[in-house]
Amino acid sequence: MMSNIIKQLSIFVNNEPGRLAHISSVLKECNINMRAFNLAESTEFGILRAIVDNPDEAYDALKLKGIIAKKTDVIGVYLEDHPGALFMAADALGKANINIEYGYAYSYKDKAIFFIRVDDPVKAVEVIGKQGIKLVSDSEI
Amino acid sequence: MFWNEKIECMPQEELKKLQYDELKTLIEKLYNNNQFYHDRMEAKGVKPEDIKCLEDISKLPFMFKQDLRDYYPTKLFTVPNNQVVRYHVSSGTTGKPTLVGYTEGDIGYWSEALARSLTSAGIGPDDVLQVCYGYGLFTGGLGLHYGGEKVGATVLPASTGNSERQIELMMDLGVTAIACTPSYFIHLMGVAKKMGVDFRKDTKLRVAILGAEPWSESMKKKIEDETGVEAFDIYGTSEQAGPMFSDCPCHNGIHIAADIMYVEVIDPETEEILPPGEKGELVVTMLQKEAFPLVRYRIKDMTRILTDPCPCGRTSPRIERITGRSDDMLIVRGINVFPSQIEYTLMQIPEVGDQYMIYVTREGALDNMKIQVELKPEAFSDNMENMLKLRSRIESALKKYLNIAVVVELKEPGELPRFEGKAKRVIDNRVI
Repeated sequence: MMSNIIKQLSIFVNNEPGRLAHISSVLKECNINMRAFNLAESTEFGILRAIVDNPDEAYDALKLKGIIAKKTDVIGVYLEDHPGALFMAADALGKANINIEYGYAYSYKDKAIFFIRVDDPVKAVEVIGKQGIKLVSDSEI
Repeated sequence: MFWNEKIECMPQEELKKLQYDELKTLIEKLYNNNQFYHDRMEAKGVKPEDIKCLEDISKLPFMFKQDLRDYYPTKLFTVPNNQVVRYHVSSGTTGKPTLVGYTEGDIGYWSEALARSLTSAGIGPDDVLQVCYGYGLFTGGLGLHYGGEKVGATVLPASTGNSERQIELMMDLGVTAIACTPSYFIHLMGVAKKMGVDFRKDTKLRVAILGAEPWSESMKKKIEDETGVEAFDIYGTSEQAGPMFSDCPCHNGIHIAADIMYVEVIDPETEEILPPGEKGELVVTMLQKEAFPLVRYRIKDMTRILTDPCPCGRTSPRIERITGRSDDMLIVRGINVFPSQIEYTLMQIPEVGDQYMIYVTREGALDNMKIQVELKPEAFSDNMENMLKLRSRIESALKKYLNIAVVVELKEPGELPRFEGKAKRVIDNRVI
């Protein structure tokens, strides 16, 4: 079944040389493609958040290699290529009292997608849908 | 200068006789009045009448820090509670802390030992002694305070912290002597420099009584060269009473008041008594202790006994500055830290895995402790704020238990070293 809730992989990364390379090589070995990613960091560790083409398979592969990962629900909002596109989506969520924990953008040719982690993804899908803003479905990834 | 010349310079033979008399009285009292000592002596098949000379002390069983924990809080006390006038508490290895109790007599011999040490450092009624050891459960502050008052000095109970104010008071009150940890003194030197204060020109500081943590000859030289102060090395742990014994102006070892404490040095593996001059583990017997006696206590400090005559005239044996430990205890900013305490605290936190590493470094004068912990996979959160909260929760738990601030780093499982055989989880990079 198609869903507008996308499974993102969140991966714990020790903040030291070569760690990211190691994680990406595991993904490569398993033939997993990263569509978009973002890296949050503190002093000694980071959280790699990635949208991959097969999150369940990727998750199992990482787990097998002893890498800490988690599947997190996010939504992907298509942003039209004009000023105010981000405002529309963010404003709708704000008015519905939905909190954005973090977000990151992906753009390819004329397409721009804003992946966001919100505290209530189900409600967020509903609110954004009502605004007539297009959401990414998991089958598109 | 002597506080108690008769005893401090007593001929060796007389001193040994005095020690033997004290030991015999102590052992008889303990055997007859205290279940713990009675049982321990029975188990080793030794009776008070077997102690026929001072050397027979070797027949007596050892005591360990574990005993203090097992018999916590007061089961090793040999006097009724109404004779105990004070408690001090130091951190234990795991769980329970170590409690020490004092009768009026105990405070008496403790102050007496300090009076001898302070007098030998030239401190007397004309001096103002700034005590920057912590006042409270730690023995340093109140110990030096009583010793200072006993020699008639004016004591300034400054305790620790607020370093700028410490230096202002030092100048305003004409402080001539200071007692603190060597690292705190070096810290004060740095603060004074920032304030534009020159110890030589702007203060009357002459003497520093430094101890409660390991320090080296090079640290001593740095302190003396940069401030013009004469540094003395003071030794004593809470089990013994607190800081008590120091070196004399000849600076060739710490004089142990022989009527107060009997020292042996043993090979920690074979438990064999080593001859003077050989390095091993210090074993102490407190000859005048009342509330909570200590017989052949394995204090775990490594040193050697020096018996060659000291030009100062004191006849007591001396020990070399403590150079290390025969266990894994760390002294960080003057506070005793056992890796087992850290492990114990970490294991109470469900998110933390089994592996951890402890790093100790010294930046300037201050010790820093960093603890790396492996996270359990299920504890990982995609939310950075939750992760940082977890990290500070671990830091607060450790701080609460160890009484010092630590930095925690979260690591992924499998990241920290695994050990075959004896784990080496402590990396002490301090150069002292």
